[in-house]
Amino acid sequence: MPRIGVFVCHCGTNIAGTIDVAKVAEMAAAEQGVVFSKDYQYMCSQTGQTLIIDAIKEYKLTGIVVCSCSPRMHETTFRNAAQRAGLNPYMVEIANIREQCSWIHKDREEATEKAVILMRAAVAKVCLNTPLTAGESGVTKRALVIGGGIAGIQTALDISAAGFKVDIVEKTPSIGGRMSQLDKTFPTLDCSACILTPKMVEAASDENITLYTYSEVEKVSGFVGNFKVDIRKKARSVRADKCTGCGVCQEKCPSKKAPSEFNRGLNNRSAIYTPFAQAIPNVPVIDRENCIKFQTGKCGVCSKVCQANAIDYEQEDEMITVEYGAIVVATGFDVINLDKYDEYAYSKSKDVITSLELERIMNAAGPTGGHLERLSDGKAPKEIVFIQCVGSRCADERGKSYCSKICCMYTAKQAMLIRDKYPDTNVTVFYIDIRTPGKNFDEFYRRAVEDYNVHYIKGQVGKVLPESSGKLIVVGSDIIDARHVIIPADMVVLAAAIEPNKDARKIATMLTASIDNNNFLTEAHAKLRPVESPTAGIFLSGVCQGPRDIPETVAMAGSAAAKVIGLLSKDRLKSNPCTAHSDELMCNGCSTCEKVCPYGAISYETKIVNDHGVKKERRVAVVNAALCQGCGACTVACPSGAMDLSGFSNRQIIAEVDAVCR
Amino acid sequence: MSSNIETINIIKEISGVNPLRCMKCGKCTASCMAYDEMDIKPHQFVSYIERGDLESLMLSESLYKCLGCFACVERCPRNVQPGKLIDAVRQTVIRQRGAEGMTTEEIRQLITQEVPQQLLVSAFRRNRR
Repeated sequence: MPRIGVFVCHCGTNIAGTIDVAKVAEMAAAEQGVVFSKDYQYMCSQTGQTLIIDAIKEYKLTGIVVCSCSPRMHETTFRNAAQRAGLNPYMVEIANIREQCSWIHKDREEATEKAVILMRAAVAKVCLNTPLTAGESGVTKRALVIGGGIAGIQTALDISAAGFKVDIVEKTPSIGGRMSQLDKTFPTLDCSACILTPKMVEAASDENITLYTYSEVEKVSGFVGNFKVDIRKKARSVRADKCTGCGVCQEKCPSKKAPSEFNRGLNNRSAIYTPFAQAIPNVPVIDRENCIKFQTGKCGVCSKVCQANAIDYEQEDEMITVEYGAIVVATGFDVINLDKYDEYAYSKSKDVITSLELERIMNAAGPTGGHLERLSDGKAPKEIVFIQCVGSRCADERGKSYCSKICCMYTAKQAMLIRDKYPDTNVTVFYIDIRTPGKNFDEFYRRAVEDYNVHYIKGQVGKVLPESSGKLIVVGSDIIDARHVIIPADMVVLAAAIEPNKDARKIATMLTASIDNNNFLTEAHAKLRPVESPTAGIFLSGVCQGPRDIPETVAMAGSAAAKVIGLLSKDRLKSNPCTAHSDELMCNGCSTCEKVCPYGAISYETKIVNDHGVKKERRVAVVNAALCQGCGACTVACPSGAMDLSGFSNRQIIAEVDAVCR
Repeated sequence: MSSNIETINIIKEISGVNPLRCMKCGKCTASCMAYDEMDIKPHQFVSYIERGDLESLMLSESLYKCLGCFACVERCPRNVQPGKLIDAVRQTVIRQRGAEGMTTEEIRQLITQEVPQQLLVSAFRRNRR
């Protein structure tokens, strides 16, 4: 006979403000099997937990129900308390009367009635709970970082500093990411390359770090502590073991028509190329789409000029499989496509550019050698207009709902640098709000206004009209002075919204990590677990989780690394015992469960089954408990009712439903 | 236009106001006792000066509606002090057009128990437009 205790939490006024908690406790006492019930102000506090522990011992409870917040919040807390009292932690059930009841209802009577029903369902379930024991699994002492920008590099360096092996997989031919494209960085104006390239070198020379550049993650299987990852090392067509990085092949390559990705398509590069001079590794790749040799069979100039005999046209993609204990996503961002914002004439004029393109123009290693000039006619612009929030903070389907966070600061930086280098150039910034929450950020922006006389106009631009004279007529509004502003500009710079890297969704799917509507990876808890994915063993670093600047990215990288180190330091991990299992007498071997399992945990065996004294050879489903995450998809899909989930058995679920409908 | 720039520089000098310090929060205008009467609001005086539109300011009714209470000067979080700017523009108008305050004789006749002293003092500076 079960002896159940029910504990009803007030959560301050969070629950008690809407629900009559005393009544819930009173009603609980009348439930079959319940021998003790009590309400208390904060059940998760030390006193609350002691109350639970004492009751378990005194009343010899065989199971408990805590009516409180979501199990995501405190299930572990109460399971641990039960364990301390000598009760199996899986004999604990949570009735969520906060998120799913008090927070969403206004009427006290209705909310109380619903809370009582939720309590009843939990009591009905816990009566059928069975003690479960968590299994254990080992931990592979190696981490994978996906993405080789500043987020990935810093995460890898910090993991390596603790003595663990770590691999970086980077899609492009070089590590460095977005930061390597920037000219200067706010708010200190240090040169981006000067602070990034030493870190790139450090990562490349660190004996714990392996770089897989020009490589992509193809497949991920396994689970926390035991991931197995297939990595495709794309064919560089250049042998890294022989190449000296002299650069002659790039100079001599006759095909120079491919738009340079690194320079945002503002100029062209050769078919054999390194993205930029400080690339790491300094080994070029052949872009086969644009290579004359690959397209027509005739050419081979690079091979002829290469003193090191490093060119290898026969090279093929190589697949490797590596095991990891933890995976960090650091896939970064791109700027949005501006096709839908053609009121700013981005597609009509070469002199309407994005801020990232301006970074390349301002950069000494960029397409204009760092000289500020119009891309249409090479002339120096005398009147420049910056437009902020292009595609950010949009409620329509054209743009993004969020604030891209970095634009206010980089716009102030670019405006200031232009006024500093070209004092005869007039600079105007159209803004909706100026957002500068960061150390020394507002002071930085005020310097642009007060010391560099950048004209900030509160209001947006409605239209940019390119004229045949080359002028760009900017029509905007100054909402403070309520006037129409018309500026004949020479150059217009758009602070385009940023969005997660195009591959973020694909990678999140491979990792079974959750992702939001904007394709940002979701953190396990918005406040308390910001660098962990809800999927165990997956961590987040940098803009893949949400817009952030370089100092915040570096801080997040360190934080993600600390979590990885914490995981890799363990020799054994406790696994979740709430896994699926198949009743081989009922299984008909139909493969339905195998198809729906997102973790690849189900396989089939042909074995002799003793069916009521008759021995038969049958094909039956077998669950690998180490891979099963207990999602329950198979139990729902199984047509013969053979699949069941420990801790969430079909009997328990039906008992809950019966209790709700009573 | 060049004389305009010179005049603006004089206005900046005598008022001590640097319009670039303004962060356009609107607190000056929010504090203004004469808000309803002002055709150009205190915060706009700052931005008009910033972009060199002196003509509009010199024709503004606000020059004569401003009470000179200096609430805007007291409360400005950036120490821009727009009230001083309004005063300086008015001074500029007076300098171009001649004095407009009441004479001592006229003021003497106004003195009663009811009229506040501050009003009498400001009557020396402005009366007619």
